[in-house]
Amino acid sequence: MDFSYSDEQRMLAETLERLVADQPAPERRASQPDLAAGQCSPLWHTFAELGLLHMPFDESVGGLGGDGTDLMITMQALGHGLVPEPYLAGLLLPGDLLARLADADQRARWLTPLLEGEHQLALAWQESSARYDIHAIATSAQRHGNGWRLDGSKQLVMGADAAAAILVTARIAGEHPDADRLGIFLIPPGTPGLTRSDYRTMDGQPASDLILESVTLDGQACLSENAAAALDATFAVGIAALCAQAVGAMQSSCEQTLAFLKERRQFGTPLSTFQTLQHRMVDMHLHLEQARSMAILAATSLDRPAPERDYRIAAAKAYCGEAARFVAEQAIQLHGAMGMTEECLVSHYAKHLVMFDHYLGDSDYHLEYVSEHLSAA
Amino acid sequence: MNLTFTAEEQAFRQEVRHFLETSLPAAIRERVRLGRRLTTDDHIHWQNLLGEHGWLGANWPAAHGGPGWSPVQRHIFDEECAAAHAPTVVPFGVNMVAPVLMKFGSETQQRHYLPRILDNRDWWCQGYSEPGAGSDLASLRTRAERDGDYYVVNGQKTWTTLGQHANMMFCLVRTDPNAKKQAGISFLLIDMATPGVSVRPLITLDGAHEVNEVFLEDVRVPVANRVGAEGEGWTCAKFLLTHERTGIAGLGHAKQALHHLKALASRLQHRGKPLLEQPIFRQRVVKAELELMALEVTNLRVIAAARDGGVPGAESSLLKVRGSELRQELSDLTRRALGPAALPFFPDFLYGDAELADVEMAEAAAASPQYFNRRKLSIYGGSNEIQKSIVAKTILGM
Repeated sequence: MDFSYSDEQRMLAETLERLVADQPAPERRASQPDLAAGQCSPLWHTFAELGLLHMPFDESVGGLGGDGTDLMITMQALGHGLVPEPYLAGLLLPGDLLARLADADQRARWLTPLLEGEHQLALAWQESSARYDIHAIATSAQRHGNGWRLDGSKQLVMGADAAAAILVTARIAGEHPDADRLGIFLIPPGTPGLTRSDYRTMDGQPASDLILESVTLDGQACLSENAAAALDATFAVGIAALCAQAVGAMQSSCEQTLAFLKERRQFGTPLSTFQTLQHRMVDMHLHLEQARSMAILAATSLDRPAPERDYRIAAAKAYCGEAARFVAEQAIQLHGAMGMTEECLVSHYAKHLVMFDHYLGDSDYHLEYVSEHLSAA
Repeated sequence: MNLTFTAEEQAFRQEVRHFLETSLPAAIRERVRLGRRLTTDDHIHWQNLLGEHGWLGANWPAAHGGPGWSPVQRHIFDEECAAAHAPTVVPFGVNMVAPVLMKFGSETQQRHYLPRILDNRDWWCQGYSEPGAGSDLASLRTRAERDGDYYVVNGQKTWTTLGQHANMMFCLVRTDPNAKKQAGISFLLIDMATPGVSVRPLITLDGAHEVNEVFLEDVRVPVANRVGAEGEGWTCAKFLLTHERTGIAGLGHAKQALHHLKALASRLQHRGKPLLEQPIFRQRVVKAELELMALEVTNLRVIAAARDGGVPGAESSLLKVRGSELRQELSDLTRRALGPAALPFFPDFLYGDAELADVEMAEAAAASPQYFNRRKLSIYGGSNEIQKSIVAKTILGM
């Protein structure tokens, strides 16, 4: 049992803390221009130089072999600074799938440049009829000559506008021996039959819906014809990362709120002297620390057998989702009307913390998983 | 970072488990399992067995006759004891006055009292709260006036847990009425057989006689029974509040309660299916399970910090708040699970030797009284509101 960071992990945390502190504050980011497709931000190039893009991947695919704790440290720091770079959607989720499934040619073409910061990728998994279920996929993939033909639609593809290719999950259809299994296909932008409509999410992330109409691909575009287990494993990594990111944002929200209570005076005295506000602040802190424990549990469970891993991951996501909403709502309330404005930093965190619950399965979805797998003893 | 116990710690768990399987008398185990009150003989019998094995002073350093366990070992020991339905060690001697004596007591006091605690010759109770001094403990008014080699003590203590069995009481008294609130308080050891000490039961809402009022009328206490300097009693009291509170979440008890709840809800039927499959009830159980998972990791974080030389201070307040809330929730769910069977009340079975012929009735008997009894968890040892004020002040600097 050990909750301490190694020397390398402490250095990682300090480096990230400095890097994040140097970024423009979230309330001043709205004016930043959108990046054109295939472009990465200057900060992304700094990530590459620091090895942060190599960090979470296995050494066998050219990564640095970082573990769940390394990932937790990274995501906590990015969450703490509300850094918009798509570390999860543009790097971790597609990269993790490639690392698990890609052959040598696919790795060379897609994964190596990803780790070098030369491009970003995206993962299209969500469909309107499936809510959060990664296995209930209606988009179909049919054999078509030596390649494939894809039909269907995808929702909420994060970072698709900037991606050099989109990894699309599809159900193998037709007479194929792998029929009904989940496949994953790499689709570059501009592929005929692919229509993309872009928008921003409530918390300001670039997202797109995709329509696939007879999208024909060559055989090399297929990453796997049986990707269900790999998808589960990748989502476990993604959810652990997301929980850590939320913990970082919760911590920042608590810090901002505490500082505000100490500084803001009403009735001739700082708000922090009112017991009712003190206890509310402590409740926020309690939620933060319990959520942190669950994020630690998730981060240290990634190498467990799948049933145990997925149970803990679902528990962590369900728990952190509730805690994040609590912290967000209290942070707004304790800031009073200022907390309602875009000028107030805490409102940006609140949006992120509430919308966090909608990424990779919400509290109810994961609570259901825990319920279905609850041991009776 | 990892959450696994070492091979040595796992071996230690097996050793504790084996000891409990072979040494805990079946009759005592069964009474604890059913939530029935133990006699003083039951308590002393079990504590003697622990003492003979060298495990009674689980928190004691080896130099004073304790096993010298790490915080992790103590945690494992507590968990296994709760899982095995072992009686909770009556804490007032071994876990409360003993650390104060080790830290502040004279050599004479240590030589006299510590061995008597380890072999259960003394049963201690705590004289802290008063009718006018609860959360605001420092406003206590029990007076101790110097008369030669004696203090003459007058006043009243309350919520004195198991004081009806005690022969010794450690007590906070006001020795200097003119000093500032905390400064005039001293820490006295009072022999309950001294003339002027009288104990009156307070029956709690579960029908149990667990707490008492203690009246002190011209009680003559030797000055030699004062621990630490005159006026330094508050230092002793504060020390107790931060001493080894890594177990304050009651995690072992919460785990045992959840385990019991799941077994109960799997056995009880609702419309032809186990209650645990009823969606609304199941969701409540799932939420408790999540809370327990989070609390366990938080508790392990505090234990690891203590093992590595940190002093769990205000962090233990967080454990106390969340631990008490969870245990109260579990006692609520257990009562709900029983449905109509939670209504009958059998005090003669729970607090005496009357038996119940119906096994299901016996299994259900403690649920409602325990639910009411567990309300104390968020009140005693510094109410949860006091704990939150401690966190606000010491962690958040408010």
